[in-house]
Amino acid sequence: MTLADVVLGIMFVGLIAYGLFGGADFGAGIWDLLAGGTRRGARQRELIEHSIGPVWEANHVWLIFVLVVLWTAFSGAFAAVVTTLYIPLTLAAFGMIARGAAFAFRKSITTLPMRRFLGAAFALSSLVTPFFLGAVVGGVASGRVPPGIAAGNVVTSWLNPTSLLGGVMAILVCAYLAAVFLCGDARREGAEDLAHEFRIRALGTAAVTGVAGIAGLFVLRGDAPLLWEGLTGRAVPLVGLSVLAGAVAVGCLVLGRYAAARVASSLAVTSILVGWAVAQYPYILVPDLTIEDAAAGRPTLLAMLLALAAGAVLLVPALVYLYRLFQTSPPEGAGAGAAAGHPAEVPSAGPYG
Amino acid sequence: MPYVLADAAQNLFPAREQMALSLGWHIIFSCFGIAFPVLTVFAEWRGHRRGNAALTELAHTWAKAMGVLFAAGAVSGTLLSFEMGILWPGLMDRFGEIFGFPFVLEGYAFFIEAIFVGIYLFGWNRMSPRAHMLSALPMIVSGMAGAFFVVAANAWMNNPTGFRLDADGRVVDARPWAAMFGPSTWPQVVHMLLGAYMVVGFTIASVYAVGMLRGRRDRHHWYGLLIPLTVGAVAAPVQIGVGDWIAGTVAENQPAKLAAMEGLYRTTAGAPLSVGGLFKDNRMNYALEIPRGLSLLVHRDPNGVVRGLEEFPPDERPPVNVVHLAFDTMVGLGSALLLLAVVFGFVWWRRRRIPQTPWFLRAVAVSGVAAVVALEAGWVTTEVGRQPWSVYGILRTRDAVSPAPGLWLGFYAVVAIYLALTALTVLVLRRLAREHDTPAPQEVDARPPDDQPEVVAVR
Ligand code: HDD
Ligand code: HEM
Ligand code: HEM
Repeated sequence: MTLADVVLGIMFVGLIAYGLFGGADFGAGIWDLLAGGTRRGARQRELIEHSIGPVWEANHVWLIFVLVVLWTAFSGAFAAVVTTLYIPLTLAAFGMIARGAAFAFRKSITTLPMRRFLGAAFALSSLVTPFFLGAVVGGVASGRVPPGIAAGNVVTSWLNPTSLLGGVMAILVCAYLAAVFLCGDARREGAEDLAHEFRIRALGTAAVTGVAGIAGLFVLRGDAPLLWEGLTGRAVPLVGLSVLAGAVAVGCLVLGRYAAARVASSLAVTSILVGWAVAQYPYILVPDLTIEDAAAGRPTLLAMLLALAAGAVLLVPALVYLYRLFQTSPPEGAGAGAAAGHPAEVPSAGPYG
Repeated sequence: MPYVLADAAQNLFPAREQMALSLGWHIIFSCFGIAFPVLTVFAEWRGHRRGNAALTELAHTWAKAMGVLFAAGAVSGTLLSFEMGILWPGLMDRFGEIFGFPFVLEGYAFFIEAIFVGIYLFGWNRMSPRAHMLSALPMIVSGMAGAFFVVAANAWMNNPTGFRLDADGRVVDARPWAAMFGPSTWPQVVHMLLGAYMVVGFTIASVYAVGMLRGRRDRHHWYGLLIPLTVGAVAAPVQIGVGDWIAGTVAENQPAKLAAMEGLYRTTAGAPLSVGGLFKDNRMNYALEIPRGLSLLVHRDPNGVVRGLEEFPPDERPPVNVVHLAFDTMVGLGSALLLLAVVFGFVWWRRRRIPQTPWFLRAVAVSGVAAVVALEAGWVTTEVGRQPWSVYGILRTRDAVSPAPGLWLGFYAVVAIYLALTALTVLVLRRLAREHDTPAPQEVDARPPDDQPEVVAVR
């Protein structure tokens, strides 16, 4: 394993974290979209809101992390990818802006039509953003990004069978992860009925994702032979692990073991992502550019390794603290700070607020 | 469709405009990410220390505004990270390994900031006051660190160091740590941080000054004016000193930029300082000239020699008028803000109170806009003054831009999106100013809409 492999591996850890945390975050927005009419969907939307409120910003910085590591350590490959695939990337960025702004601002708005508009913007952009990101992955994985600035076709690089598959799979995986995560959150808030609803959705999306995944393999055989070869060759153990973990997750869901279901689902998603990496190793841009050839010079890689390690020492405890605080906290006002003199001003939003 | 599917040469204009718009927008919000936590925690701390409910309540209002501004900063920052590659692949491709490194560290800084903004806002009334205020500390430090890293990247574009080029112009021997500490880094970073404190101090103060002019003179408004105005007023004089420092660095390392800032065509001994005016036919017209001023400022010597634009080939000169007027705007507004700070400081020193005359309040009411304009003008000076170079003396902007077709469309879309985003941000902030119990994005509970109170938390 070379230094470049290590740095790329760390980038990939960031990508997986984005897939899981960011993915669940997008998925929550998708369920918001599907929650039904204003009145009927209110409680589900409230649960979703509670689940991502304080963490959505942190969930998305993973993407920034991936971008900056790529552009520093693999500048040429980065330039090739973002220029050839600039259209889906721009659209994904717009989706992130619309999503973040709408989610953040709708709470502070109290007129119904405006809130509906912002809610719709949030939910719709939660659907389209993962699609475009998945399409980007499809374009890269099917070898449609040649090295060089804007050297590939800016349209067919993301409008092709593998990209469509990538986009659809991204949406399904996000929705699935979110449903699984929301089961646990609903139980923590004492809303067993909501937990039950999300369990049904998790099982449903698991089935659809499984079928789409199997159908997708045939798409890959025709459209991305190198990836197909890797996935059915070297990466077979990982694909198998993903299937196994997926089955275990379904079992846990059926038994109502939501915490275990989270772990198993995350493992299923992780192993398929790692499978992709293994399948296209040692190429960063199939079939022309290897990781080694694309990597920056040794001093930069070393400096990055140092920075990444030192940064992780700060970052990981902070992240753990955030999620713990948030997953175990009493509702506002119950803490010691309530004595500080401001009235408990926000009227409780509902039975589970 | 020439304006839709253009080639590389035609891409330069939309790409520049898109970059300038996105950065110019982001920079305002990042200032709040840098400086607002400090003001908020200060108010919170004083409030707890003195058991002063007006202060803790003020802090809570500010914390919510901070949440809104932070969200706006985060989404616009995300777009920027895409744009760096989408618009300027020539820069990233060739220099990513040096220039990209500070952005990696910046990524960490923002990560930590995002985490602790979440903790700080979510933890309001859930944590003990002490733990809560401590949770703000990482937010403050990482905000400043983030600013350091990005501005260090920009300083590197102005004064590239820490690498060698081989015969083909490829980077060899990159030393990313050394590159981060080039000659422009410290002056630019300090100037930027002070700028952020001025922007935040004067803008928040101006909100409360407007309230006072409308007759609201309660304690809420009194503290709301006093704390931020003090911060702005302390930063203003220091900023002018740092401005002198940064100008010295520019004179030394980027003589063409300095000549453009002053519209100086001929290399002159005892060069004058030009205020205002228009540069045409290779000379300044209608400018107010302070004899020998420039030489005095740059060299501390009234007869010092300052190099003029004539020494540079015409295709290596920046657009003079934009740079000159932007520079004058910054310096003019900086001086005006200094005057305001002096008046405030004097009255406070003699009478221990905020001057209450309408004229003073009116001046404070416009000071926020003035500080923001000064900040933008400063960035225009820096960025346009560097032209035609993207990396000074090495990479031309036109060689950095992406040749992909269709960049115009992206530019139009970005304009539309930023218009909408600006309108929304203003709407939410105005609500927040009117009703203190409006929740911030990172808090969990939303109020039901006004017109249908029985509908719970429609979103
Ligand atoms: C509130 C904001 C503010 C105020 C009052 C001033 N500046 Fe400034 N200035 C900035 C905010 C700023 C900035 C943050 O926008 C810039 C852009 C790049 C940078 O590092 O700082 C800047 C850049 C900048 C540059 C160009 C640096 C370069 O290209 O590397 C010079 C020469 C000065 N400033 C000089 C001054 C002087 C002499 C001032 C005295 C009144 C002054 N500035 C007030
Ligand atoms: C090319 C330039 C830039 C890029 C690529 C960039 C990128 C970003 C990104 C991705 C974020 C969001 C991080 C999060 O979610 O927390 C962000 C936020 C931030 N940026 Fe920038 N940025 C740039 C320029 C600047 C400049 C010039 C400054 C100030 C000196 C700055 C200061 C900040 C700060 C303090 C934040 C924290 C979040 C906030 O307060 O809004 N950035 N930036
Ligand atoms: C510290 C962070 C910043 C970085 C890394 C940065 C980087 C860049 C880059 C890569 C370009 C592209 C073209 C070129 O190289 O000239 C650019 C252009 C530009 N930037 Fe910045 N920038 C920063 C901060 C800002 C801010 C805060 C503003 C606010 C107004 C700004 C205004 C501009 C303008 C006006 C241009 C276009 C210049 C021209 O083409 O004439 N920049 N910047």
